[in-house]
Amino acid sequence: MKVESYAEMFKRIKRENESAFIPFVVAGDPDFETSLEIVKEMVEEGADALEIGFAFSDPVADGPTVQAADIRALEAGMNTEKGFEFIKCVREFTSIPIGLLVYYNLIYKNGINNFYKSAKKSGVNAVLAADLPPEEAENAYLAAKANGINQIFLAAQTTSNERLKKVVKLCSGFLYVVSVMGITGTRSDLKTSTVELIGRMRDHSKLPICVGFGISKPEHVKEVIKAGADGAIVGSAVIDIIAENFENKDLMIEKIGKCCREMKEATKR
Amino acid sequence: MILDGKFGKYGGIFVPELLIPALEELESAFLKYKDDKDFNTELDYYLREFAGRPTSLYFARNLSEKLGCKIYLKREDMLHTGAHKINNTLGQGILAKYMGKKRIIAETGAGQHGIATAVVGSMLGIPVEVYMGSEDIERQKLNVFRMELSGAKVIPVKTGSRTLKDAINDALRDWIANVENTHYLIGSSMGPHPYPMMVKHFQTVIGKETKNQILEKENELPDAIIACVGGGSNSIGIFSQFLDDEEVELIGVEGGGEGLDSGKHGATLCRGSEGVLHGSLSFILQNDDGQISEAHSVSAGLDYPGVGPEHSYLKVTDRAKYVAITNKDALRGFELLSKYEGIIPALESAHAVEYLEKYAKIPENEGKTIVVNLSGRGDKDMFIVAREMEVKI
Repeated sequence: MKVESYAEMFKRIKRENESAFIPFVVAGDPDFETSLEIVKEMVEEGADALEIGFAFSDPVADGPTVQAADIRALEAGMNTEKGFEFIKCVREFTSIPIGLLVYYNLIYKNGINNFYKSAKKSGVNAVLAADLPPEEAENAYLAAKANGINQIFLAAQTTSNERLKKVVKLCSGFLYVVSVMGITGTRSDLKTSTVELIGRMRDHSKLPICVGFGISKPEHVKEVIKAGADGAIVGSAVIDIIAENFENKDLMIEKIGKCCREMKEATKR
Repeated sequence: MILDGKFGKYGGIFVPELLIPALEELESAFLKYKDDKDFNTELDYYLREFAGRPTSLYFARNLSEKLGCKIYLKREDMLHTGAHKINNTLGQGILAKYMGKKRIIAETGAGQHGIATAVVGSMLGIPVEVYMGSEDIERQKLNVFRMELSGAKVIPVKTGSRTLKDAINDALRDWIANVENTHYLIGSSMGPHPYPMMVKHFQTVIGKETKNQILEKENELPDAIIACVGGGSNSIGIFSQFLDDEEVELIGVEGGGEGLDSGKHGATLCRGSEGVLHGSLSFILQNDDGQISEAHSVSAGLDYPGVGPEHSYLKVTDRAKYVAITNKDALRGFELLSKYEGIIPALESAHAVEYLEKYAKIPENEGKTIVVNLSGRGDKDMFIVAREMEVKI
């Protein structure tokens, strides 16, 4: 299947006067098959792109929700090789952009170039390593470039303009803007400074801007879109549904579908 | 950042973007104050009056006779709170005060670093919260009580293996969310830059004193220095002043757990591989896929699947040698020092003592002058040792 690039996707949804809805799940949570069904449901219910996490034993940038998802996936036998297999399976039913969210040790231990090669082969568009700031990213950046993968970086309120220049120089695909100070997780309200934050990012980069961390309700999606974001990344909300509906898979899928529908609806202007 | 925090290729700042400004602020404050006169006057005062420095370099006469070497013990076990940890918590605590931080967080395994942080917080009037794995809380109730008596709040960590590495994860998460008012006081020469450099700096006092003391007593440098290595702060502290003295053999002793082939050990440098954990590139214990393994050691201070990056550098450049001592052998060292010298070592330090015995028995090492860094005292380990020796107390 032909893979849609981020640029093509953002162009497509802009034409429809929408912003991108990008849900996040951990590959293999709670198990390979169910996880695949979950992703299929997310795609059918409006996902414009996907963020797929590879489970890691020590995810320092993540809150309890994603940590628990990582543990479920690892206990179900997930590893990097199966993760790429998972992406291949996803590619059988969708061409929308897929971004991997990993911790750097998975890239390093599997061999940097080898990791990006496998990523490309499986149909991945982009890689974001949560604990890889631009200072340490040279090898990963070069391997990403050589294999035709976008390397995505995080930017936050605390990122100075000086650092932002370094970030956008290496970043491609889209810029992942962290909306709150803290780790991933659901929150009841978003800080109002998001508008300012996005404005500042726009001053430094032409890259599409997607906002993540702490977006758990359609109102949050509306808010960040209104603040000028090109896309909203929704993670913990979907994973919460997985954790809460362990016993009833059909209900889990149904609830995820409903959640995604509402989130996607909120991206329409 | 001003510096890259690298030791060869090891070290660095492998952290989420949100932490970078905090590390930049910390690096800049550390570089500003480390040579500042007022800062050092204050630090020296507390090291002397509060912690009990300098510690002696004690000639272990009985052990020397038994093993046929000249053996000196650097008595970090004599310090307040029972170990070298206080050198670093005083340094970072005072730095946090200079930086205007209103809150200090720390991680702890067995509780030693937690206690050393708690007393410094109490002394400086800065509230301390200590992350501790719920498994460790269960095993070390006494230390939890000690921390709480010093006014610290102990936060149970219920994720992952519920031990030290998970406590570090949660402390990092807390710091990410509270960087503005909080200082994260890391207890060993590990973590992202500037921690390895900074913790080493605050522990070099061990090496500086040792060098002066041995020159005074022997009029020459020792043949070897032996220290235990968990995260690696007591060892890097004493090694630091001898790195350029190539004739001095530097030996780090890791926790061999149930044996290097058992899969249950903390011997990161002996048996680990290169990887990124808790902010730096170093040797770590991991599986083929890069998932971090759990470490095992009878001594909580050596029970960590990573190691400070400078040790990785010293290993690959062959400047230091790293060996492992099993749980069982460490208990021999524990008994040896207690019986012959009347000094009950911490289980961590007992690993170094036991390697000393092995080292001294090698014929070519006969008559050598050896310094063992006695990083801590064994009071905290009484229950564990009694259990291992099958003694009821």
